[in-house]
Amino acid sequence: MSLSFPELEAQARRVRAHAIRLATNGGCFLGASLSCADLIVFLYDRVLRTSPQTLADPDRDYLFLSKGHDVPALYGTLVERGYFPSSRLRNHLSVSDHLYWHPNRAIPGVEFHSGSLGHLLSVAMGVALDAKLRGGPSRAIVIAGDGELNEGSMWEGALVASAKKLDNLVLVVDRNGFQANAATEELLPLEPLAEKLGAFGFAVVEVDGHDYAELAHAFAELPRRSGRPTAVVARTKRNKGLPSLEGRADRWFVDLTSREVEVLLDELAGAMATALTSEPLVVR
Amino acid sequence: MSAGPTYESTLAGLAGADPRIVVMTAENRASIRNLPATLGPRFIDVGICEQTMVGMAAGLALRGRVPVVHALATFLTLRAFEFIRTDVGIARLPVKLVGAVPGFLSEANGPTHQAIDDVAVMRSIPGMQIVCPSDDRELCACLPEVLASPAPAYVRFNARPSALVHEAFRLGRAETLAEGTDIGVITTGFPVPNVAEACELLRAEGLDTTLVNLRSLSPVDEDAIASVACACPVLVTVEDHLLVGGLYQLVSEVLVRHRISVPVVSIGLGARWFRPGRLAEVLDHEGFTPARLAARFRDAFETKGGSVA
Repeated sequence: MSLSFPELEAQARRVRAHAIRLATNGGCFLGASLSCADLIVFLYDRVLRTSPQTLADPDRDYLFLSKGHDVPALYGTLVERGYFPSSRLRNHLSVSDHLYWHPNRAIPGVEFHSGSLGHLLSVAMGVALDAKLRGGPSRAIVIAGDGELNEGSMWEGALVASAKKLDNLVLVVDRNGFQANAATEELLPLEPLAEKLGAFGFAVVEVDGHDYAELAHAFAELPRRSGRPTAVVARTKRNKGLPSLEGRADRWFVDLTSREVEVLLDELAGAMATALTSEPLVVR
Repeated sequence: MSAGPTYESTLAGLAGADPRIVVMTAENRASIRNLPATLGPRFIDVGICEQTMVGMAAGLALRGRVPVVHALATFLTLRAFEFIRTDVGIARLPVKLVGAVPGFLSEANGPTHQAIDDVAVMRSIPGMQIVCPSDDRELCACLPEVLASPAPAYVRFNARPSALVHEAFRLGRAETLAEGTDIGVITTGFPVPNVAEACELLRAEGLDTTLVNLRSLSPVDEDAIASVACACPVLVTVEDHLLVGGLYQLVSEVLVRHRISVPVVSIGLGARWFRPGRLAEVLDHEGFTPARLAARFRDAFETKGGSVA
């Protein structure tokens, strides 16, 4: 039973709150997590045929976080969907668990580890190809960063995905406009991105990655074209949900004080939308 | 003409019996030309995309497949190294990497193609099994165990025929091809047949050699190394690989671990690539012909490894 759009928004707000709470005592890559929180929440609810009960089902769908440092948004989503209890998030960055800055598949619901950019498109292609060989229904969805598209292996993978007609593969680009420290268009311009992906053989759709109606339309029918992999260019904002940090090049990895966490949670709830603009947040 | 098993027929037979096996290549089909017709969709040629091939192999293995992956050894182990380490190695997936024309077998290709560091980099990956067959029969003989193992593996492809008669292949077990107490020789892979001939030449001259074919470098047969080191007054290691990270270092580590002190002469490539050319000329130039090897072994015997500077 799918959630309504307001329910999705509420769940995404809780996911963002989980991520903000992880951004302290060692910190996390908050900027990249908040830009794709809506995407991940939406995919789990409306697209992915997977659940805590299907972790070992070969016919499940697979989600791969290729950029990897967006994993706090995934942790939050997995908690909200019952993969593991929220109390486990208190183990973040402890050597006693596997919750760290990048995904590890020891965490229920995490399909594969990542962190080195440009890897999981090809890993997802292997999964998609196996589903094709078996005649199984599994689909592989990859969330990649736009900065990650600097990596040659992404374009090599795109060539092969198209050649192998992997129409059970979806590449979702979290197009938040930033790589680690710079705007993508200032460092290595990607535009016209949709045209590039189309030229590589993908069926491409561009959406507002924070708009559930647009996402629902984009994912309404997969594959979008038979015999072709799908690419969804999801325009998003770094640190979406925190107006004081949104779209800032210098707020990618943050390590907040506990007071800053409380301030940002208030801001997320809508109480203090611009209170932090002059706060000297600790940033790495 | 005898129709013994080839690499291709052996792999086809194993794949026929085990539907988990898929064969992949980055457009390197020299040894598997007939497999597309045999395996149909289980033969996957990705084009010249080594990284993508290894990443896809990890994804296929994640789904229970056993991918047997082919490319030239340099491009497989170096171009795709981080994919091997990160996607195959960290997850310890049963991806079987087959590197073609390793070591001297790149002949006249030049340094771009010289996989003389492949063992070194594969040894750096925790859990990676490494097998260096000495001829076509050992290559075929190692496949059932290598493919059945749940670990990732690297096979230094060598399908050249030889006159050697082998013991049954077992991962982690060396074979002793000759026994003697004058010189202990440890070698692996392509040089083994010439080393065996060199030992025959010395035997005719009255020098008896223990010859260990260390075909499985990981897991390694430590007992075989310790045993020959204790039986002989001098050891010689022979490899078509850099001395850094290859057989010589592996043997040295085992000797240190077992607290065995013995002179060791290393025959291999120092800090350089080899001069490319026709294989016979390369071997002569590098001192890897039977006669040249015999002379080097005799020298090791007479000097007991030479003085320690």
